[in-house]
This record gives sequence, structure tokens and C-alpha cells, in this order.
Amino acid sequence: MNFLSKRRRHAAARPLLLLLALLVVGVGYSVVSPQQTSADTDMSQQVEEGKALFNVSCSSCHGLNGEGTTQGPSLIGVGTASVNFQVATGRMPAARPEAQIPARTPLYSAEQVNALAAYISTWGAGVESPKESQYSPEGLSAEEIARGGALFRANCSACHGIVGGGGALPGGKYAPSLLETANIHVWEAMRTGPQQMPVFSKDVISDDDAREIIGYLNEAHSQPTFGGLGMGENGPVSEGFWVFIFGIGGLALIATWIAKKGARAR
Amino acid sequence: MMAKPTIITESSPALEAEEAPVTKKSPVAGPLGWADDRLGLAKLGRGNLRKVFPDHWSFLLGEVALYSFVILLLTGVFLTIWYKPSMAEIEYAGSYQLMKGIPMSEALSSTLNISFDVRGGLLVRQIHHWAALLFVAAAFVHMLRVFFTGAFRKPREVNWLIGVGLLSMSLIAGFAGYSLPDDLLSGTGLRFVDGLIRSIPIIGTWAEFFVFGGQFPGDIIIPRLYMVHILLVPGLLLGLISAHLALVVYHKHTQYPGPGRTENNVVGYPLFPVYMAKAGGFFFVVFGLLVLMGGLFQINPVWLYGPYDPAKITAGSQPDWYMGFVEGAIRIVPNWETHIWGTTWSWNVFVPGLGMMGLLFGLLAAWPFVEAWLTGDKREHHVLDRPRNVPTRTALGVAGITAFSLFMIGGGNDIIATRFRLDLNAITLFLRVAVFVLPVIAFLITRRVCIGLQRADKERVLHGSESGIISRAPDGGYSEPHLPISVDEQYTLTSHLQHAVLEAGPTADENGIRIKQKVSPLRARLSRWFLEHDAAKPTAAELEEAASHGVGGVREIEAAEARALEESSNR
Ligand code: HEC
Ligand code: HEC
Ligand code: HEM
Repeated sequence: MNFLSKRRRHAAARPLLLLLALLVVGVGYSVVSPQQTSADTDMSQQVEEGKALFNVSCSSCHGLNGEGTTQGPSLIGVGTASVNFQVATGRMPAARPEAQIPARTPLYSAEQVNALAAYISTWGAGVESPKESQYSPEGLSAEEIARGGALFRANCSACHGIVGGGGALPGGKYAPSLLETANIHVWEAMRTGPQQMPVFSKDVISDDDAREIIGYLNEAHSQPTFGGLGMGENGPVSEGFWVFIFGIGGLALIATWIAKKGARAR
Repeated sequence: MMAKPTIITESSPALEAEEAPVTKKSPVAGPLGWADDRLGLAKLGRGNLRKVFPDHWSFLLGEVALYSFVILLLTGVFLTIWYKPSMAEIEYAGSYQLMKGIPMSEALSSTLNISFDVRGGLLVRQIHHWAALLFVAAAFVHMLRVFFTGAFRKPREVNWLIGVGLLSMSLIAGFAGYSLPDDLLSGTGLRFVDGLIRSIPIIGTWAEFFVFGGQFPGDIIIPRLYMVHILLVPGLLLGLISAHLALVVYHKHTQYPGPGRTENNVVGYPLFPVYMAKAGGFFFVVFGLLVLMGGLFQINPVWLYGPYDPAKITAGSQPDWYMGFVEGAIRIVPNWETHIWGTTWSWNVFVPGLGMMGLLFGLLAAWPFVEAWLTGDKREHHVLDRPRNVPTRTALGVAGITAFSLFMIGGGNDIIATRFRLDLNAITLFLRVAVFVLPVIAFLITRRVCIGLQRADKERVLHGSESGIISRAPDGGYSEPHLPISVDEQYTLTSHLQHAVLEAGPTADENGIRIKQKVSPLRARLSRWFLEHDAAKPTAAELEEAASHGVGGVREIEAAEARALEESSNR
């Protein structure tokens, strides 16, 4: 103690102490989290990849730092769920400005989407992409799936039509058909509310509700069309169309034949 | 190649049926004879069974409506056995998985049971619904046939009015049936009608309470509609159809113009056995077609729509086709409302909603009388018009169909927008203009086409049909000799009446005393509008001239030149 206290005003003491402190922190850090360095580099690699992709295909509309431009909104804090939904359904990168950006075949692989999401969330976090247990309808009972139908009719049918066949909205916009939509995208659409669609937060539709809705959609779209061919499934509009084509048209042909034919049945 | 001659309906061997010799004894023996001695049906039947019916496919359209109605009665009885007209809420416990445990009215639950748990239930439900659509469609098309051929003229005006009654009844029947399952779609339809009722100025709200027994939806509307659907309207329809058919028999059916057909006879086949066999066979054709449609094509899948809840609505909600024009009118009318002293006057619903229906049925009911007023025609007519021979009426009909269709498109504007990737608002804007402009265009085009066809008929009568042989004259000119057409065809093409335009009558008699004008200037003007476009049919003198000229050969060339001259002087 004496030795140290005596030399504490030595000219080299401060630099030495600093060195010591750094050493302790450095060693301590490497002991506490030895494996994080590699993850970190992975992460930063993913972010780098995302950044490269972003700069090439997204920045023209969303700005180099996601701050938004006249061509596209700010992406700060949109969350990975939104990015995943937008890019994995092929909506982004948008090809051109139009009334509503349509879903297309996605341009990027799952890894690339994740990379973009990782990069975009460096500007701020938002709604995270769900884990499978949050959206998978696995293990739901028939009643729960039926309840999902009731939830769907209460919250979604007004725009998406009955069983999600799609519907028109004002201004050339539309709520798309959900026949082909992947389960995860249904969850993400509800949570992020793309374009005209409202956001359905956890308070409105819990994850269990969401699973029931998804279960209902899967079930409704895989069941057979009871009662015969759907004939376009446009409800009364197509029914009226067909009654004129087959009913009136067909019977008029047969009536012509009868009116001609009977002439011999004197 | 000979040009195709105008189609002439074949002449029939049987003109007006002869009365069978009256025998004192009953013509039938055995138990039938026993019944006949008491009921005297054979005698009654003899006259009526030998009634003559002319043959034309378009005369079977009324029958399609009739047979659909019979099929509706048959399938409807089946459905009443299981359907429960109750709005009491229960939990669905049937076998359709996607509704398991969902609270719904007994009405919907029983409809689902019919669809999934009653053997053959879904088939019968679907036949019933297809038959309903076909019934109204056939009634409409049948009405158009009657309209375009002038079958509504004296003495059949009353039967036309009965027809208008039938049409309105069938809309009500269809609508009531559409509401019975109490699914989301039918509830939405009811809500629509609720809006219509409430839009009636002054008494709207009161009327709503009267109809629904309180505020919408209440719990008695389904039982009430059930009564309307299975008792009241079918009863009225049955009565009206009987009267309708009785009048057809009484007046005898009309016939298309043709050789041997006059205003005083009917050319065709006796009701029994020929027409009976045909008509009976046709019933089974209609039934068969409806069973096929019911079996093969899904209609109104109530299980997808789920229970009605006033808080819910689904995109793509539509009424059945025959109400589409009202729905469309409401969709395209701008949002006009007046607020006076805290009350709302919803012109946007009242005018297009009730106005459209009033307009349609009002115009239809008035037309036979309007036309008689325009032509001043008080004669009886049993020979039908060929539509071209009354160009203005035909054009009005086509304009009406155009307007009706455009409104119907308005009713499905959202479906059209999604299926054809169009802008919903653009469709609405387009329709707002189109419902006024396109009927006028359709009117002008149709009238033009009719007049063109009339001229072509006249050509044919006076100058024969093109022989298809081109001959070259010694001086190098080419010509196509014409062949004379048969007298039968000439008759068919020229037998129609042409009315003279009404002239405004004098306002004073020869002594200068004011008298009531027989024909007012307005009536004269409208009459001119209605009649003056007819291309005059060949006069007797012209016919004679053409006959003496002989048709064909070199003469024809002269005739053609003369015609060319005449044409150019006409312009
Ligand atoms: C042509 C311009 C354009 C391009 C390129 C583009 N976007 Fe967009 N993006 C838009 C527009 C416009 C919207 C807003 C959509 C809307 O709400 O109607 C949008 C919305 C988004 C959203 C949703 C924002 C939110 O609030 O939830 C995300 C996420 C997004 N874009 C990601 C991307 C990504 C990632 C790329 C590159 C792969 C990209 N975008 C490329 C124009 C573009
Ligand atoms: C106000 C109307 C509206 C409501 C209510 C609504 N949506 Fe949407 N939805 C839309 C619109 C508009 C889009 C298209 C967004 C886009 O293309 O970016 C959409 C898109 C979607 C998609 C993406 C479809 C695809 O294939 O790309 C899904 C999934 C979806 N909605 C599910 C739902 C569910 C589930 C509900 C109910 C909880 C719901 N929506 C309620 C309007 C609505
Ligand atoms: C709703 C169901 C209806 C049924 C079941 C029905 C049935 C019939 C039948 C079977 C005939 C004889 C065959 C024929 O000419 O087609 C007939 C004739 C007639 N119908 Fe109808 N009809 C209906 C609606 C209407 C309507 C809506 C109108 C017009 C508004 C109408 C007006 C007439 C007239 C004027 C005739 C006499 C036609 C003639 O003699 O040429 N009917 N109807």
C-alpha cells in the first residue's frame, strides 16, 4: 500500500492506470461475451448487405437514409414486419407510382428480405416479424376456426369481400383477394396496415384472434365449393348473368327447335 | 347463291278448329264418363282443347315463366318442411364446420340444415333459387316480346296490365325469398329496403316501424316476409296468372303476319293434342334445365355469408339481378340531401330508389294507352307487328333496355371494378353521363336500323330478290337480274298497317264557333314524332307497276336506274 500511495503522484502513474483500466475492461469484456463478436460481424454483414440492396433499389424513393422522398414515405421505425410484408409479397420495390402498388412475384430471396429488414430497423424499431407460433393456425379447434370466420366477417369482409375474395375501394383502389396470401403475410398485413388497410393492433385483434382468422381463411379456401361450380363466385351478379345465358339463351334455342319440329307431329 | 328469303312461318293445315259434332251422350265411357255426366268437363274441354295456338318460339317465353312458377311452387313446398321462419338466436350445431358454435337465427340455422343435413336439400334450394331468377328473367323477356310485337294493343291492354302486376309481384316474391335465409347478404338487402322505406318523406320512419315492428331489424320481419313469400304473393300470382291465361284463351293468341293469317283467324295447331304435347314436353325441358343448373352451379352460398348482423357488411353485396337497377340507381346518384328543421330528406335514396320502380312500372302500365293515343288507333289487333314496322316503338324499347342495363351495371360497379381492374369512381362518373346519353344513341340507331330494314323490305317486294347471277350486257355493263319473290312473302312483307300522322283538329266549326279540339296540337306533334319516320310501304299502284314491268333481266337494270334517280331526287 505504501509503495503505491507513495508513487501515486509519479508522472507515469496516470497513463499507467489508464492502461490498466483499459486492460481490465478489455479482458473482462472478452470473458463476459466471448461469442458475440462473431454474431456481431454476421449482423453487420447482414446490415451491410441490406444497405447495399437498399441503396440500389429502394433509396430512389425512400431516400438514402430512409427519411422518405416525394416518391415514397419515410421508413424510419416501420419495423421488420412491414418490410417483410412489402418486399416478400413483391409490392416493394415499387415499379412506378400508381393508385395502388400491386403484389407481384417477389424480387428478393428470404435472406435478402431479412437483410433489408435488418438494415431498415437500424434507423428505429417497429412491429417485429412474427414467430411461427404467433400466426400458425396449428391446433385450433373447429369452433375456434368458426370464430375466426366471425372475426373476419366483422373486421375484414367490408373491404375484402366474403371469405376474402377481394373488393373494390374508391379511387381505383382495391382490397386484394386473400386466396393466395401466405399465413405470415396475413398476420403482418393486420399489424402493419398497408396502404388503405387500417392497422389491427394486438389490442383489437390478439394473436390468438389472428390465428383464428388465419385458420378460417385456410379452411374456407381449401373446402370444396358445395353445390357445384362457383361460376366466377361473384355472387348475385354472376348468378344473374348465367340465368340469362343458360336459362333464357338455352331455352330460347330449345323453343325454336320445338316450334319448328312440332310441325310434323300433326 | 340465292339471297335468303324472308322467313315465313309455315302455313298450317288446321285453321280455326272445327267444332266437333255435338253428341248427346258423353263421348267417353267408364268412370270418366261417370265423372263427365256430372261435371260436364268433356264438353267444356272439347271447345277449349281444340283451340288453336300459333307456333313461334317467342310464344314459349311466357310458358317458361309459367313453368318456372310451377317449379317454384313444387320446390318451395319442399323447403317449407324444414325452414324455420324465426329470428330467435341459437348456436349453430349442424354439420357445416365453419359455422360451428356461431350464434345465428333459427332461420339461417335451418337454411344451413337444409343445405347440409337434409338429403337433397341443397339441390332443391339451388333449383328453387335458379327457378326464381329464371322466372323473373322469363317474365321480363316475355314482356319484351309482347312489347316489341305490339301484342299489348286492343283488346289485350288489360292482359298487359295484369302482366305488369305479375311482374311487380314477382319482384316482391323474389325479394322476400332472398331475405328469408337471414344471412349477411339477405340482411344487407333488407337494410337496403329499410333505407328505401325510411327515405319516404314525412312518413318514412313511421313506415319503418310499421313494417319491422320497431327499429330495424327487430325480430318479426322474417316471420312477416315468410307469410308474404309463401302465402300472400304466391296467392296473388296464382290468381293473376289464372286471369292472365284465361284472357289469352279468351282473346286467342296473336300470330305473326303471314299468308292466310288475318285479324279474324288464328293459324296454328289445336291445343290438344299437338300444342299440349309440345307444351308438356317443354315443361320437362324447363324442369330438366333447372335441375341441371341446381345440380351443377352453386347459387347463394349462405354458409359463406354467415349470420346477419346490422354492424357488418361485406364487399360485393348485391341484390338478385332484377333489383340491380334500383341498387345501381342509388349507387350512382350523387349524395343529395336536404335538412329542414332537424329532419333529413334523403332525395339520394328516395328519388332513385322508389322513383326508379315507380318510373318502370308507371311507364309500362301506361304504354298501351299512350301508343293508342299517339296513333289514334281504336281497332282490334290480332296480327303482330314485325318490330321494324313500328320504328319509334322499337327504338323506345331498345332505349329502355339500354337504360335498364346501365343501371344494372351500376348495381354491380364494385364487382366490375375488381374483376376488370377498373376505377370504381370512374365507372360511377361514366354511368352518370351514360344513363342519359346512351339510351338516346340507342334510340337513334335502332330507329335508323328499323327504317333501313323497312326500305329493304320494300325493295324486295318491288324488285324481287337478288338472283346472285351476274350477267354482262353486249355493251359491257354488268348487272344482276332479280327474281320475283313469292306472293306469300309479298303478303308477309306488306300486310302491316301504317297509321297516318294525326293532324291537329280545327278549333272552330264551319260556323266559326269554338269547338273542343279533337286532336290537340301537342298530340299532333307527338303523333308526328312517333309515326313520321316510317318508310312508306309499297302502294297498290307501285305493286302493280312492278308486276307489269316484270322483274328481272334487262328490265331490272332500267328499274335500278330509275331507282337511283328516285333516290337522288329524294335527298
Ligand atoms: C417507385 C418508388 C419506390 C421504390 C423503388 C420502393 N418503394 Fe417502398 N414505398 C413506396 C411508396 C409510394 C410507399 C407507400 C405505399 C403506400 O402507402 O401507398 C412505399 C412503402 C413502403 C413500405 C411501407 C411503409 C410503411 O409505412 O409501412 C416499406 C416497408 C417499403 N416501402 C420498403 C421498400 C423497400 C425495402 C424497397 C426496396 C426494395 C422499396 N420500398 C422500394 C415507393 C417505393
Ligand atoms: C378499409 C379496408 C380494409 C380492411 C377493413 C381490411 N383490409 Fe386488408 N387490405 C386492404 C387493402 C386496401 C389492402 C391492399 C394493401 C396493399 O396492397 O398494400 C389490403 C391487404 C391485405 C392483405 C395482403 C394481401 C396480399 O395478398 O398481398 C392481407 C393479408 C389483408 N389485407 C388482410 C386483412 C385482414 C385479415 C383484415 C381484417 C382483420 C383486413 N385485411 C381488413 C384493405 C382493408
Ligand atoms: C310473371 C309471370 C308471367 C307469366 C307466367 C305469363 C304467362 C303468359 C303465357 C303462358 C302467355 C301465352 C304465351 C305467350 O304469348 O308467351 C302469356 C301471354 C301474354 N302475356 Fe304474359 N306472363 C307473365 C308476365 C307478363 C308480363 C310481365 C306482361 C307484360 C307486362 C305480360 C303480358 C302478356 C300479354 C299481353 C300476353 C298476350 C300475348 C299474345 O296474345 O300475343 N305477361 N303470358
